[in-house]
Amino acid sequence: MMKAKPMRFAFRGARMYPESLIVIIALVTVAAALLPAGAPASAQQPAAITAQQGRSLPQGLYAIRNARVVTVSGPVIESGTIIVRDGKIESVGANVTVPAGAQELDARGLSVYPGMIDLGTSLGLVEIEAGAPGTVDLTEVGDMNPNAQAIFGINPHTAHVTITRANGVTTVLSSPRGGIISGQAALINLDGTTPREMAVTAQAALVITFPRASAGGRRDFASTPEAASSLNEAITTRDRQIEQLRKLIRDAEAYGKAQDAYARDKSLPRPEQNVVLAALAPYARGERPVIMRADREVEIRASIRFADEMRLQRPIILGGNDAWKIATFLRERNVSVILTGVLDLPNREDDYYDQLYANAARLSEAGVRFAISTGDTGAQVRDLPYHAGMAAAFGLPRDEALKAVTLYPAQIMGAADRIGSIEPGKLANLVIADGDILEARTQIRHLFIAGRNVPLTNRQTELYQQFKDRK
Amino acid sequence: MRIEMRRTIAIVLALSTLSALPVLSASAQRAQRGNQAPAASAQAETLIRNATILTVSHGTLQNSDILIRGGKIVGVGQNLRASQNARIVDATGKYVMPGIIDCHSHSMVDAINETTYSVTSMVRIRDVLNPTDVDLYRELAGGVTTLNVLHGSANAIGGQNTVVKIKYGRPVEEFIFPGAPPGIKFALGENPKRTNFPSPAGQPRRYPATRMGVEEVIRDAFTRARDYKRTWDEYRARLQRNEKNLIPPRRDLQLEPLVEILEGRRLVHAHSYRADEILMLIQLADEFGFKIRTFQHALEAYKVAGEIARHGAGASIFVDQWGYKIEAYDAIPYNAAILVRAGVNTSINSDSNERARRLNIEAAKAMKYGGLSEEEALKTITMNPAWQLGIDSRVGSIDVGKDADLAIWNGHPFSVYSRVELTLIDGEVFFDRQQDLARRVDLERERATLEQAEPNRAPASGGASPPLPRGRRPAYGHDDDELDGGNDQ
Repeated sequence: MMKAKPMRFAFRGARMYPESLIVIIALVTVAAALLPAGAPASAQQPAAITAQQGRSLPQGLYAIRNARVVTVSGPVIESGTIIVRDGKIESVGANVTVPAGAQELDARGLSVYPGMIDLGTSLGLVEIEAGAPGTVDLTEVGDMNPNAQAIFGINPHTAHVTITRANGVTTVLSSPRGGIISGQAALINLDGTTPREMAVTAQAALVITFPRASAGGRRDFASTPEAASSLNEAITTRDRQIEQLRKLIRDAEAYGKAQDAYARDKSLPRPEQNVVLAALAPYARGERPVIMRADREVEIRASIRFADEMRLQRPIILGGNDAWKIATFLRERNVSVILTGVLDLPNREDDYYDQLYANAARLSEAGVRFAISTGDTGAQVRDLPYHAGMAAAFGLPRDEALKAVTLYPAQIMGAADRIGSIEPGKLANLVIADGDILEARTQIRHLFIAGRNVPLTNRQTELYQQFKDRK
Repeated sequence: MRIEMRRTIAIVLALSTLSALPVLSASAQRAQRGNQAPAASAQAETLIRNATILTVSHGTLQNSDILIRGGKIVGVGQNLRASQNARIVDATGKYVMPGIIDCHSHSMVDAINETTYSVTSMVRIRDVLNPTDVDLYRELAGGVTTLNVLHGSANAIGGQNTVVKIKYGRPVEEFIFPGAPPGIKFALGENPKRTNFPSPAGQPRRYPATRMGVEEVIRDAFTRARDYKRTWDEYRARLQRNEKNLIPPRRDLQLEPLVEILEGRRLVHAHSYRADEILMLIQLADEFGFKIRTFQHALEAYKVAGEIARHGAGASIFVDQWGYKIEAYDAIPYNAAILVRAGVNTSINSDSNERARRLNIEAAKAMKYGGLSEEEALKTITMNPAWQLGIDSRVGSIDVGKDADLAIWNGHPFSVYSRVELTLIDGEVFFDRQQDLARRVDLERERATLEQAEPNRAPASGGASPPLPRGRRPAYGHDDDELDGGNDQ
């Protein structure tokens, strides 16, 4: 029965839209598309692929003129010009000379924003969550999977890419989920024919779902698989999981040392190779960022303590529903928080109705570095601006709300030299809209990703065109 | 009225904080409430002054007033006068819209799916309503005043729904929308054929397992219902003729609601995804001579908008949820625009206690995708769902004579930066943001006191080991809902 489902889907797709069959083929063959970096991918792609995912557009020379430029990092330029060359922002300002040969885009009456960034997604790892397990590459078997890398599971041809970017989200962190060490996340731009082309940072962070004593709770965050029969039992399970985590990280650290020693002195006994420990070693040595999924105060505190004890990088908290309760502590420890629950229902019956709406405002007031995320696996990542908007409705200043989906996530991922604002030298990830990009009524008119003028069409606009005039 | 609300919240807080304390009985709660000031008299007047009024029925009125008396709107216009003791709400700079109507909700139910049969028309949501579900309050805080509380989608013909006004803090009887016509849930596609819900090990699969079977189940049920109706019609005819010694036919609680459908006395809300199954049900309904009132979800309705319009059905949809299961993969956010242009009465619903709190923004998206006008988009969460539930003479617009179910916002409700200040039902305040903020100091104090109480002290400080904390009590098994893009809680 399970096998029959994708078949039925494929048949239905083929009957109605030949192009969706191609998408299915692309899905099935995604593993084959994972060529070594730099290998030509065009030979892999069917020529007639839909939704412009099959070709790389040129990184040309563009001049976006007469635009209201919301730089985010600096003041708004009421009427300015942005020069885009070779994928990057070359210059921006009110009095910028347009170089010869530039393709001009008159943005009179429009506003330019940096592309929005969502750090809480699993975009590209899931096509259809239920009923099509062949399209789901979200959770590896077992609890400890530092070697599960999102960059090897992301399907660059998923419909989620073009649908998400059409709303102004240009960059996402895509993370594996589940278990304890879920895997390694990839920071990707939503354009490119291969995962490597999309990558801003291919191995962006280790994602740990910090063990919690619980009888359940939200599925995404429940690390205890089954309901424990007592609090003591749940605590025992949690403590055992933390101990397993501690041991594996220590092993990885030792492994790294042994490998380093052998590299220096080949007369030593050659240490055994182990891909799991090798994947974990750079994180165990504190060389790369670690993201801890934690929502409740107790897990947030514990994950910070744990990172200190293991001398990991200062953890980035993903989730953070209770972060407002310990905002001062988070600021003192310089811990960043990716809020995924702005639009969640409050966790507890006696929570204030606006507790999670107002979480971001509380963190902002306390000076905690934070970003706002949808926390969605893919389909609803395009709602990112409305999560930020709701935070603004409940106390977060509007410019902070915008930063929470642009500059702050870039800073948290150590990528603010490349993305997150409109500044010379950064990647030209630009959203050109007819109004405030956080507003639901605003239309996106043009989109640049890494200096490519990407179309705003996608599977959904194509279906719209196909059916809008049918009587 | 405010005091009563505050008290209710305090009780809810106390109950939920003190998991180890004996739970107050419902009667005890009522007794506590009884100590408070009684609700304002139904004849009391309220004047909402100097607002921007989104009437829905006759455009936007600037600097205008709404006069409420006896729970009804008795005046809409400028410089209205109220009696001396009227409550005055200064709404300068604020926006008033009709209370939002969510045409697909599973709030406040302790059970959602009677999954055992494929036809469960005999079961009633009315029997499992839980008026203490705290999500109701959170929905009020999003400007929602009316819910269509539906049975789940596990059955081709499901249970009977109930339309409620969210009179949170009141006994359940006061929630029931007076005079709302009865309705029922149907369901097509993956859920009634149990695609994503395998039977427990050792149990046989429930019929039907295909869309063919779903059609047959509905056809079979209406064939039986038609016979049943004939039996009763014949009996009643003989009674009319004063025949003696008649034995009435045996009542069949499963078929009675279907007879009401055949007689046009019960509204059908049909959960559906694919265009082909929507056409199937239209054809079947035409054959048996009844109407589908709404196609719920109807993600592919845009492919057959003309057929839906010609049948006279409405569509109650998500604005942009898609891709969470196979039959949701062709969903497009332009669905609302195509349906409205084709003349289909279209509403945007939540099917989620979470999304219900921000249906204003969901409706705003219908302007973005396909370019509905502001009024068309507003109707998708007010007038249109009112028609779909047969309550449009009572609610859905701001007009004299209608119920005073209103949401007052601090900005335009289609702006992401806006929030609700006040929600009124029948002229009474059921959500007041300022009151909510004002009582927090007291609640914090109460919480601190409770945490010091003997049963709540941590074991380390001498208390007993507490029971295992559980997640927020789900009001129902929400699997179906989740697969329809619903709550992730």
